[in-house]
Amino acid sequence: MADVNRGNRPLSPFLTSYQQPFNAVLSILHRATGAGLTVGGILMVWWFLGVAGGSDYFQFVDDLVTSWIGGLIMLGCLGMLWYHFFNGVRHLIWDTGNGYEKPVVRMTGLAMLAAAGAMTLITWIVAYL
Amino acid sequence: MSYRTDRQRVAGLGSAKDGVHHFWTQRITAVALLPLVLLFVFPFARSLGSDYQTVVATYSNPFNAIVAILFILVAFRHLQLGLQVIIEDYVSSKPARTAALIANVLLSWAFALAGVFAVAKIAFTA
Repeated sequence: MADVNRGNRPLSPFLTSYQQPFNAVLSILHRATGAGLTVGGILMVWWFLGVAGGSDYFQFVDDLVTSWIGGLIMLGCLGMLWYHFFNGVRHLIWDTGNGYEKPVVRMTGLAMLAAAGAMTLITWIVAYL
Repeated sequence: MSYRTDRQRVAGLGSAKDGVHHFWTQRITAVALLPLVLLFVFPFARSLGSDYQTVVATYSNPFNAIVAILFILVAFRHLQLGLQVIIEDYVSSKPARTAALIANVLLSWAFALAGVFAVAKIAFTA
Protein backbone atom coordinates (compact mmCIF):
# COMPACT_ATOMS: atom_id res chain seq x y z
CA MET A 1 0.00 0.00 0.00
CA ALA A 2 2.88 2.37 -0.60
CA ASP A 3 2.47 5.80 -2.23
CA VAL A 4 -1.30 5.98 -2.04
CA ASN A 5 -2.34 9.62 -2.50
CA ARG A 6 0.59 10.94 -0.52
CA GLY A 7 0.66 14.66 0.14
CA ASN A 8 -2.36 15.56 -1.95
CA ARG A 9 -4.95 15.56 0.80
CA PRO A 10 -6.51 18.67 2.35
CA LEU A 11 -5.13 19.67 5.72
CA SER A 12 -7.43 20.19 8.63
CA PRO A 13 -7.33 23.95 9.30
CA PHE A 14 -6.03 23.33 12.80
CA LEU A 15 -3.64 26.28 13.02
CA THR A 16 -5.71 29.11 11.64
CA SER A 17 -9.25 28.35 12.82
CA TYR A 18 -8.89 28.41 16.55
CA GLN A 19 -7.58 30.90 19.05
CA GLN A 20 -4.23 29.60 20.32
CA PRO A 21 -4.14 28.64 24.00
CA PHE A 22 -1.95 30.78 26.26
CA ASN A 23 0.79 28.17 26.56
CA ALA A 24 0.83 27.51 22.81
CA VAL A 25 1.63 31.20 22.27
CA LEU A 26 4.40 31.01 24.88
CA SER A 27 5.74 27.89 23.19
CA ILE A 28 6.01 29.37 19.70
CA LEU A 29 7.52 32.53 21.20
CA HIS A 30 10.28 30.36 22.70
CA ARG A 31 11.27 29.30 19.22
CA ALA A 32 10.81 32.82 17.82
CA THR A 33 12.96 34.41 20.52
CA GLY A 34 15.62 31.73 20.04
CA ALA A 35 15.78 32.46 16.34
CA GLY A 36 15.64 36.22 16.95
CA LEU A 37 18.64 36.01 19.26
CA THR A 38 20.73 35.19 16.18
CA VAL A 39 20.70 38.96 15.55
CA GLY A 40 21.91 39.63 19.09
CA GLY A 41 24.67 37.03 18.77
CA ILE A 42 25.96 38.51 15.54
CA LEU A 43 25.86 42.07 16.93
CA MET A 44 27.69 40.90 20.07
CA VAL A 45 30.49 39.30 18.03
CA TRP A 46 30.72 42.38 15.80
CA TRP A 47 30.98 44.62 18.87
CA PHE A 48 33.80 42.47 20.33
CA LEU A 49 35.58 42.60 16.97
CA GLY A 50 35.12 46.36 17.18
CA VAL A 51 36.86 46.47 20.57
CA ALA A 52 39.62 44.21 19.26
CA GLY A 53 40.02 46.47 16.22
CA GLY A 54 41.28 49.45 18.23
CA SER A 55 39.74 52.64 19.56
CA ASP A 56 38.66 54.21 16.23
CA TYR A 57 36.85 51.12 14.94
CA PHE A 58 35.43 50.53 18.43
CA GLN A 59 33.92 54.02 18.45
CA PHE A 60 32.27 53.40 15.07
CA VAL A 61 30.73 50.05 16.10
CA ASP A 62 29.80 51.21 19.59
CA ASP A 63 28.09 54.35 18.24
CA LEU A 64 26.02 52.18 15.89
CA VAL A 65 25.06 49.68 18.60
CA THR A 66 24.08 52.45 21.02
CA SER A 67 22.31 54.67 18.47
CA TRP A 68 18.54 54.85 18.94
CA ILE A 69 17.89 52.15 16.36
CA GLY A 70 20.81 50.05 17.62
CA GLY A 71 19.62 50.54 21.19
CA LEU A 72 16.11 49.49 20.21
CA ILE A 73 17.50 46.31 18.63
CA MET A 74 19.64 45.62 21.71
CA LEU A 75 16.63 46.19 23.99
CA GLY A 76 14.66 43.72 21.87
CA CYS A 77 17.49 41.19 22.11
CA LEU A 78 17.67 41.70 25.87
CA GLY A 79 13.94 41.01 26.23
CA MET A 80 14.23 37.94 23.99
CA LEU A 81 17.25 36.73 25.98
CA TRP A 82 15.42 36.86 29.33
CA TYR A 83 12.27 35.37 27.82
CA HIS A 84 14.25 32.48 26.34
CA PHE A 85 16.24 32.16 29.58
CA PHE A 86 13.25 31.82 31.91
CA ASN A 87 11.11 29.82 29.48
CA GLY A 88 14.15 27.58 28.97
CA VAL A 89 14.12 26.92 32.72
CA ARG A 90 10.48 25.85 32.35
CA HIS A 91 11.47 23.48 29.56
CA LEU A 92 14.30 22.01 31.66
CA ILE A 93 11.83 21.42 34.50
CA TRP A 94 9.40 19.76 32.06
CA ASP A 95 12.30 17.55 30.92
CA THR A 96 12.41 16.12 34.44
CA GLY A 97 8.76 15.08 34.05
CA ASN A 98 7.35 17.72 36.40
CA GLY A 99 5.07 20.71 36.08
CA TYR A 100 2.61 19.44 33.47
CA GLU A 101 -0.61 20.06 35.42
CA LYS A 102 -2.72 22.69 33.64
CA PRO A 103 -2.87 25.22 36.51
CA VAL A 104 0.89 24.78 37.08
CA VAL A 105 1.66 25.35 33.40
CA ARG A 106 -0.37 28.57 33.47
CA MET A 107 1.24 29.70 36.73
CA THR A 108 4.83 29.06 35.58
CA GLY A 109 4.00 30.77 32.28
CA LEU A 110 2.84 33.92 34.04
CA ALA A 111 5.80 33.78 36.45
CA MET A 112 8.18 33.42 33.52
CA LEU A 113 6.71 36.49 31.80
CA ALA A 114 7.00 38.53 34.99
CA ALA A 115 10.59 37.41 35.61
CA ALA A 116 11.61 38.09 32.02
CA GLY A 117 10.06 41.56 32.12
CA ALA A 118 11.67 42.39 35.46
CA MET A 119 15.14 41.19 34.42
CA THR A 120 14.91 43.09 31.13
CA LEU A 121 14.17 46.27 33.07
CA ILE A 122 16.90 45.59 35.66
CA THR A 123 19.54 44.85 33.03
CA TRP A 124 18.58 47.97 31.09
CA ILE A 125 18.91 50.08 34.26
CA VAL A 126 22.27 48.46 35.13
CA ALA A 127 23.49 49.22 31.61
CA TYR A 128 22.88 52.95 32.17
CA LEU A 129 24.10 53.22 35.79
CA MET B 1 3.31 4.28 -8.97
CA SER B 2 6.01 2.61 -7.02
CA TYR B 3 5.81 -0.96 -5.80
CA ARG B 4 8.36 -0.38 -3.07
CA THR B 5 7.00 -0.82 0.42
CA ASP B 6 7.17 1.85 3.11
CA ARG B 7 9.73 -0.29 4.91
CA GLN B 8 11.91 -0.50 1.81
CA ARG B 9 11.63 3.23 1.02
CA VAL B 10 13.14 4.27 4.34
CA ALA B 11 15.72 1.48 4.73
CA GLY B 12 19.12 3.11 5.09
CA LEU B 13 17.62 6.60 5.21
CA GLY B 14 16.48 6.48 8.79
CA SER B 15 17.95 7.81 11.96
CA ALA B 16 21.60 8.69 11.66
CA LYS B 17 21.78 7.53 15.28
CA ASP B 18 22.61 11.02 16.48
CA GLY B 19 19.16 12.21 17.54
CA VAL B 20 19.81 11.66 21.22
CA HIS B 21 23.16 13.39 20.88
CA HIS B 22 21.41 16.47 19.46
CA PHE B 23 18.83 16.48 22.26
CA TRP B 24 21.41 15.91 24.96
CA THR B 25 23.82 18.58 23.66
CA GLN B 26 20.92 21.04 23.49
CA ARG B 27 20.12 20.38 27.19
CA ILE B 28 23.76 20.48 28.36
CA THR B 29 24.38 23.80 26.60
CA ALA B 30 21.07 25.10 28.01
CA VAL B 31 22.13 24.22 31.56
CA ALA B 32 25.59 25.75 31.00
CA LEU B 33 24.00 28.95 29.69
CA LEU B 34 22.05 29.56 32.91
CA PRO B 35 25.11 30.68 34.94
CA LEU B 36 26.92 31.99 31.84
CA VAL B 37 24.08 34.36 30.88
CA LEU B 38 23.88 35.70 34.43
CA LEU B 39 27.66 36.28 34.56
CA PHE B 40 27.98 37.63 31.02
CA VAL B 41 25.04 39.99 30.54
CA PHE B 42 25.71 42.61 33.19
CA PRO B 43 29.36 43.47 32.40
CA PHE B 44 28.44 43.34 28.70
CA ALA B 45 25.42 45.63 29.09
CA ARG B 46 27.53 48.11 31.08
CA SER B 47 30.28 48.02 28.45
CA LEU B 48 28.01 49.03 25.58
CA GLY B 49 28.39 52.78 25.23
CA SER B 50 31.35 52.94 27.63
CA ASP B 51 34.64 54.51 26.57
CA TYR B 52 37.31 52.37 24.95
CA GLN B 53 39.69 52.23 27.95
CA THR B 54 36.93 51.04 30.32
CA VAL B 55 35.82 48.33 27.90
CA VAL B 56 39.38 47.08 27.41
CA ALA B 57 39.92 47.08 31.18
CA THR B 58 36.71 45.06 31.68
CA TYR B 59 37.64 42.36 29.20
CA SER B 60 41.30 42.14 30.11
CA ASN B 61 40.09 40.95 33.50
CA PRO B 62 40.65 37.17 33.20
CA PHE B 63 37.31 36.30 34.81
CA ASN B 64 35.29 38.49 32.44
CA ALA B 65 37.32 37.28 29.45
CA ILE B 66 36.86 33.60 30.29
CA VAL B 67 33.13 34.08 30.95
CA ALA B 68 32.76 35.90 27.63
CA ILE B 69 34.66 33.19 25.73
CA LEU B 70 32.65 30.37 27.33
CA PHE B 71 29.40 32.26 26.75
CA ILE B 72 30.17 32.85 23.08
CA LEU B 73 31.19 29.22 22.44
CA VAL B 74 28.26 27.63 24.28
CA ALA B 75 25.66 30.15 23.07
CA PHE B 76 26.57 29.65 19.41
CA ARG B 77 26.55 25.86 19.80
CA HIS B 78 23.09 26.11 21.40
CA LEU B 79 21.95 28.51 18.67
CA GLN B 80 23.27 26.19 15.96
CA LEU B 81 21.29 23.23 17.33
CA GLY B 82 18.12 25.33 17.66
CA LEU B 83 18.38 26.83 14.17
CA GLN B 84 18.99 23.34 12.76
CA VAL B 85 15.63 22.17 14.12
CA ILE B 86 13.88 25.27 12.76
CA ILE B 87 15.40 24.69 9.30
CA GLU B 88 14.42 21.02 9.38
CA ASP B 89 10.86 21.96 10.36
CA TYR B 90 10.18 24.79 7.92
CA VAL B 91 12.46 24.48 4.88
CA SER B 92 10.91 21.69 2.83
CA SER B 93 12.72 22.06 -0.50
CA LYS B 94 15.63 19.66 -0.34
CA PRO B 95 18.32 21.82 -2.01
CA ALA B 96 17.39 24.86 0.09
CA ARG B 97 17.27 22.76 3.24
CA THR B 98 20.66 21.19 2.63
CA ALA B 99 22.19 24.58 1.82
CA ALA B 100 20.67 26.12 4.96
CA LEU B 101 21.87 23.25 7.16
CA ILE B 102 25.41 23.56 5.81
CA ALA B 103 25.40 27.36 6.13
CA ASN B 104 24.10 27.04 9.69
CA VAL B 105 27.04 24.86 10.77
CA LEU B 106 29.67 26.94 8.99
CA LEU B 107 28.36 30.37 10.06
CA SER B 108 27.80 29.28 13.67
CA TRP B 109 31.41 28.18 13.99
CA ALA B 110 32.68 31.23 12.10
CA PHE B 111 30.87 33.69 14.37
CA ALA B 112 31.69 31.74 17.53
CA LEU B 113 35.41 31.56 16.79
CA ALA B 114 35.55 35.17 15.54
CA GLY B 115 34.03 36.21 18.88
CA VAL B 116 36.48 34.06 20.85
CA PHE B 117 39.37 35.50 18.86
CA ALA B 118 38.20 39.06 19.50
CA VAL B 119 37.86 38.57 23.26
CA ALA B 120 41.24 36.80 23.44
CA LYS B 121 42.91 39.62 21.50
CA ILE B 122 41.42 42.22 23.88
CA ALA B 123 42.50 40.19 26.90
CA PHE B 124 46.04 39.55 25.67
CA THR B 125 46.92 42.95 24.19
CA ALA B 126 45.71 45.14 27.02
